Amino acid sequence: MSGPSTYNPKSGFEKWIDQRLPLPRLMHDTMHTFPTPRNLNIWYTFGGILTFCLAVQIVTGIVLAMHYVANADLAFNSVENIMRNVNYGWLIRYIHANGASMFFLAVYIHMFRGLYYGSYKNPRELIWIIGVLIYLLMMATAFFGYVLPWGQMSFWGATVITNLFSAIPVVGDHIATWLWGDFAVGDATLNRFFSLHYLLPFIIAGVVGLHIWALHVPGNNNPLGIDVKSPQDTVPFHPYYTVKDAFYLVLFVILFAVFVFYAPNFFGNPDNYQPANPLVTPPDIVPEWYLLPFYAMLRSIPNKLMGVIVMGGAIVTLVFIPWLDTSRVRSCRFRPTMKWLFWFFAGACVILGYCGAKPVDAAFAGIPLVWVARLATAYYFAFFWLLMPIIGLIETPKKLPASIAQSVLGDSAAAPAE
Amino acid sequence: MRHTKTALLGLAIGLIAVLPAAAQEEANTERLPPKAVSFSFEGPFGTYDRGALQRGYQVYKEVCAACHSADHLAFHNLMEEGGPGFTEAEVRALAAQARVPAGPDEQGNTTDEKGQPLMRPATLADYFPKPFANEEAARANNGGALPPDLSMIVKAREGGPEYVYSILTGFHEDPPAGFKVVDGKYYNPYFEGRNISMPPPLVANGVTYSDGTKATIDQEAHDVTTFLTWAAEPKMEDRKRMGFGVLIFLIALAGVLFAAYRKVWKDAH
Repeated sequence: MSGPSTYNPKSGFEKWIDQRLPLPRLMHDTMHTFPTPRNLNIWYTFGGILTFCLAVQIVTGIVLAMHYVANADLAFNSVENIMRNVNYGWLIRYIHANGASMFFLAVYIHMFRGLYYGSYKNPRELIWIIGVLIYLLMMATAFFGYVLPWGQMSFWGATVITNLFSAIPVVGDHIATWLWGDFAVGDATLNRFFSLHYLLPFIIAGVVGLHIWALHVPGNNNPLGIDVKSPQDTVPFHPYYTVKDAFYLVLFVILFAVFVFYAPNFFGNPDNYQPANPLVTPPDIVPEWYLLPFYAMLRSIPNKLMGVIVMGGAIVTLVFIPWLDTSRVRSCRFRPTMKWLFWFFAGACVILGYCGAKPVDAAFAGIPLVWVARLATAYYFAFFWLLMPIIGLIETPKKLPASIAQSVLGDSAAAPAE
Repeated sequence: MRHTKTALLGLAIGLIAVLPAAAQEEANTERLPPKAVSFSFEGPFGTYDRGALQRGYQVYKEVCAACHSADHLAFHNLMEEGGPGFTEAEVRALAAQARVPAGPDEQGNTTDEKGQPLMRPATLADYFPKPFANEEAARANNGGALPPDLSMIVKAREGGPEYVYSILTGFHEDPPAGFKVVDGKYYNPYFEGRNISMPPPLVANGVTYSDGTKATIDQEAHDVTTFLTWAAEPKMEDRKRMGFGVLIFLIALAGVLFAAYRKVWKDAH
C-alpha cells in the first residue's frame, strides 16, 4: 500500500520544494491519498485521538514548566501558585492532569481494539511492539509527572515505586540509591524526575513517528481482519477519515471538557493536596487509576521480588503477542472462542484495577481481594501464554467474507460503486 | 497438597471465627460517612453564596484562625471575582486589623526595644497571618497535635465539604458503650479513629453575624465550610462558566462535523 507516490506538484514553487525536500509529497501520500480500508469503525479513531492527547500534554506541559519550580521546598507551593495566581493556570493544570487520564483511557481502548481485531499479527508485528514501547514510555512519563506536585501521594508513590528496584538481589539497594540520587526520595529525585518528565514526551513523539511510519507500510488492519485486495476495498484517507476522526475526536474532547470543567479532581487523590511529608505515611498508598491493575498484581504476590517480576512480566508479555497467537484469522469477529476469552481478559483487567484501588486487606462479599487479584493475575498470564497459542490451533473460525468491499457494499460491489 | 488443604480450611474457620469480633471493633473506630448536606456551590451551575462566604470568613477569622493557618490566602483574594465579594475598602480595613511580621526598619532593626519581632498592619498584598511561628509552637499549644493548614482542606479530604461540615458538627455525640476516648481528645465519629485532638470549635452565638443571621452551630459550620471550599477552589465559578461556553461550542462543532461526515460518506457505504 505504500505504493508509488501520487503527488503531483502543481506550481513551480511546489516542484522546486519537491526536488529538494519532498515534505509536501510525504504529507500528501500519508494524510491525503493514503488508501484506507473503507470499513474502519469508531474504535479506529483512537490513533488520531492519541496524537491529539500527546500534543495537548506537550503544549500544556511546556506552559506549566514556565511556572513550576522543581525544588522539594517550593514545588507544592509553585503548583498552588499556578492554580491561584497565574492567569488561567487552573485551566492549564486541570487540562494537563486530566489529560493524562484521558490519554490512558484512549490508549487502553486503542490497545484492546488492536487485541480484538488481531492488529498485531503478521505483517504488523513491529507496529504492535513499537506501540508497547510507547505504552511503557507513557507509564514512565505519567509516573514522573505524578511526582512533580510533591504532595503526599506524589512522595509516597515515588517511594513505593523506586523501592521496587531494591527487590533486585545484591545490587538492588545500590540501584535504588542511584535512582534517588540520595539515600531517600528527596530534592535530587524530584529534580531528575522533572528533567525526565520533560524529556520523555519528545521521545514518545519520535517513537509515535515510527509507529505511524510502520503503519503506513502494510496500511491499516480493519474489523474484518482480512487484507485489502483491490482499490475498491479502500477510500482515500482524506476526506473520508479526516472527517470521521475529527467528529469522534470532538466527542472525545467533550468528555475531556466535562472532567476539566466540572469534575477536575475526579481522577485525583485528596492526599495530593497535602504537601509531601516524609514523616507521615498515608494509610493507603494508591497509584493513579491507569496503573492499578499492575499494582494489584504486585501486591497479590507475597514475595517482593516475585511481585516485581510478575508485574514486569505482565508488560513484557505484550511484546510476544504476535507470536503467541497461532490463529490464521486476525479478527475476533470470526473467532467464536477467542471472542469470549478476550472479554474475560478485559474483565480480568478491570477486576485487577478494582483490587488495586482497595486496601490490601479488603474483601468483596467475604472473599479476600488478594485472592481475587491472584486469580485475575493467573488469567492474565494464562490468556497470553496458554489460551492464545492453544485456541489458535484448535478453534474453527467462522467463514471470512471474500473482500472488504463485498462485506460493506454487499454483492453489488462487484460493480464499481464510486 | 493435603497440608495445604488443611491449612486453607483452618484459615477459613479461623477467619469466620475472628471476623465478627474484628468487625465490631472496627465499627467503633471506623469513621462514619459524612452527613448529606447541600451547598450552593454544588452542581454544574452552582455558585458560592456571597453571604455565606462573608459569614464564613468571619467564622474562620474569629474561631479557626486562632489555631489554623491558611497559607495560600491573601487579603486581596477576598475582593476578587468569584469570592466573598468584599469591597476594596472593606478588605483594606480587614487587613489593617491583622498584624504581620515587618521587615527591618530604617536602622536595620528586626526587633523592638523589648526584643519582640517588629510587626506592622497587613495590606492587601499580605497573606493571612499565621497563628503560630512554627510547627513546634503549634504543637506545643495544641496538646502535641498540629492543626492542619486550611487553604486546601476541602480538597485534601475524602468527602470534601461534607466531610468538613460533618467534623465541625460531629461533636457532642455520646460515644458507644466500650469506646475509649483518649485523654485530651474528643469523640467525633466522622473523624478517622473517632478520637480528634481538636476541641469542639463552634458554639451557638460564638460569632455575631452583622447581617442578622442566627448563629447556630449548623449555620456557622455551613458558612465556614462554604468559605473553605472557596479557599480551596477560588476559580470555581470562572471554571464552570467557561466550561458551559466550551461545551456549547464543542457540541455545535460536533453537529457540524457530523453533518460533514454524513455528507462525505453518503456514497461510500
